[in-house]
Amino acid sequence: MASDLQHKPQLAALWARPETLLARLFDHRIAGIATALLALMVFFSFASDAFLSVNNLLNVTRQVSIMAILSVGMTIAIISGGIDLSVGSIIAFVGVIVASAMTDLSLPIWVAVLFGLATGAAIGFGNGALVALAGVPAFIATLGTMTALRGLTYLYTDGYPIYNLPTAFAWLGAGYVAGIPVPTILMLLVGAVAYVVLSRTPFGIHIYAVGENETAARRVGVRVARVKLLAYVACGILAAISAIVLAARLRAGLPTSGFTYELTAIAAVILGGTSISGGQGSVIGTILGALLLGVLANGLTLLNIEPYVLEVVTGGIIIVAVLMDSLKHRKRAS
Amino acid sequence: MPILELRNVAKRFGAVEALRGVSLSIEAGEAIGLVGDNGAGKSTLLKVISGVYPPDDGELVLEGKVRRFASPLDARDAGIEIVHQDLALCDNLDAALNVFLGRELTRGIGPFRLIDQAAMRSQAKALIEVLEVEVAVTEPVRAMSGGQRQAIAIARALLGNAKIVLLDEPTAAISIAAVEQVLALIRRLKARGHTVIIISHRMSDIFETCNRIVVMRHGENVATKRVLETDRQEVTNLITGALARA
Repeated sequence: MASDLQHKPQLAALWARPETLLARLFDHRIAGIATALLALMVFFSFASDAFLSVNNLLNVTRQVSIMAILSVGMTIAIISGGIDLSVGSIIAFVGVIVASAMTDLSLPIWVAVLFGLATGAAIGFGNGALVALAGVPAFIATLGTMTALRGLTYLYTDGYPIYNLPTAFAWLGAGYVAGIPVPTILMLLVGAVAYVVLSRTPFGIHIYAVGENETAARRVGVRVARVKLLAYVACGILAAISAIVLAARLRAGLPTSGFTYELTAIAAVILGGTSISGGQGSVIGTILGALLLGVLANGLTLLNIEPYVLEVVTGGIIIVAVLMDSLKHRKRAS
Repeated sequence: MPILELRNVAKRFGAVEALRGVSLSIEAGEAIGLVGDNGAGKSTLLKVISGVYPPDDGELVLEGKVRRFASPLDARDAGIEIVHQDLALCDNLDAALNVFLGRELTRGIGPFRLIDQAAMRSQAKALIEVLEVEVAVTEPVRAMSGGQRQAIAIARALLGNAKIVLLDEPTAAISIAAVEQVLALIRRLKARGHTVIIISHRMSDIFETCNRIVVMRHGENVATKRVLETDRQEVTNLITGALARA
């Protein structure tokens, strides 16, 4: 998406030359993932009668939304040159906290939700402080929070789920607005905001700058530590949103939820063309990446294929995506 | 009144005395060439002037006022800009964003501010045009030539209305063909009234662009010569120590 930053011809010019718009859309890495997604959808449409229906497709977007929102947060962390392995554990921790706030403490839904978001922000702040201020490598720092948070979640719940969340809360996971699932709307909202922030605000530009060349960014006066810190806070808040949507869908806070979600999120990010080494990437690509994984899961399920096959196929796709990324880097280096 | 005066500036790194009492006086509009062998203290001196390191001892006087810079941002606010040897460019961003990095133009209300890409592009274009180098400001800098990259880095320095521009090895990382372009850039900076301080290993860069040469050896300023009153042999002897002082 860094190239998104660069190609922003005036609207009038776009109308005059529609091929510019097309070139922009099919310019870079997004083209690959968009084509792959489309091909997959065409394939499943022919292979299964149930796939191509409004209901099924809306259902896919609902299923994907939790992972997509999580992956958008991961995108921000990875573009900034880091990674956040703790997001799966944040899902469980925040889910349990929010559930407990509504049941044990009988707090109003909106207070519980805000509390959950604040918890996500605080965990992100902790991750960011370790990475940006203490200089701990992101992989290690967030591996630590991942493990510790999972343990805290089990300690707090004794390993038992917290059930019987209010019906009104479940709307966040199961409701519809104008026929569109609420999680789908949340995914689109999160995606739009993240897109604008990353490509059109100084903070977003600084995330790309820090991820590409931290020394250069520091020398020209970008507050590198602050930028990195805020990237993890954003990632924590987005993980908390995912946690809340998941808890609402399950009408429960499960201490086991979100397990290995961080890995699927990384997969969606890489599939979407974001470079694992930082400085390059896009929110749109990531959402397409998450959709691709979701469509794959949905389609294979409809075809009654063993779920283990899905894991093999997903792994294979990730390897191909990373291979293409590193080939691109090699081409650039030469 | 000199625009910049250094009085007995000293800087130590542990047991290493990088600068041992350097004094120097620079007039506005002058171009000063800083030469010396590796480890002679030129880079440290540049970093003290640009606020990267505060001096352990001595004073930095800018336009008659004693200044103490806590950071490069302080020095920049005071009108001192540095163009680093590696240019400090982000390859993934376009030329305009690189020029404005850390100082983006925005529009909007309160905390809801978006970058003003059109304004940054037109201003970056104008700044680079002054330097008479062709640069497509909407293109990422990754693919640009050494001369173009240097122009972008210098345009960034000019953005803040720099009075003094420090150039660290401006010709070290570029092709021979681009050297002439960069030297022309430096002359244009001078012509526009900027005071310029250049570190270069290439003696010819200094002789072609500067008014005076400051020779550093073992952390000391061993000679300050007018370019017209010296020659390469003398400067080389001063650098190596074959000639103690002049």
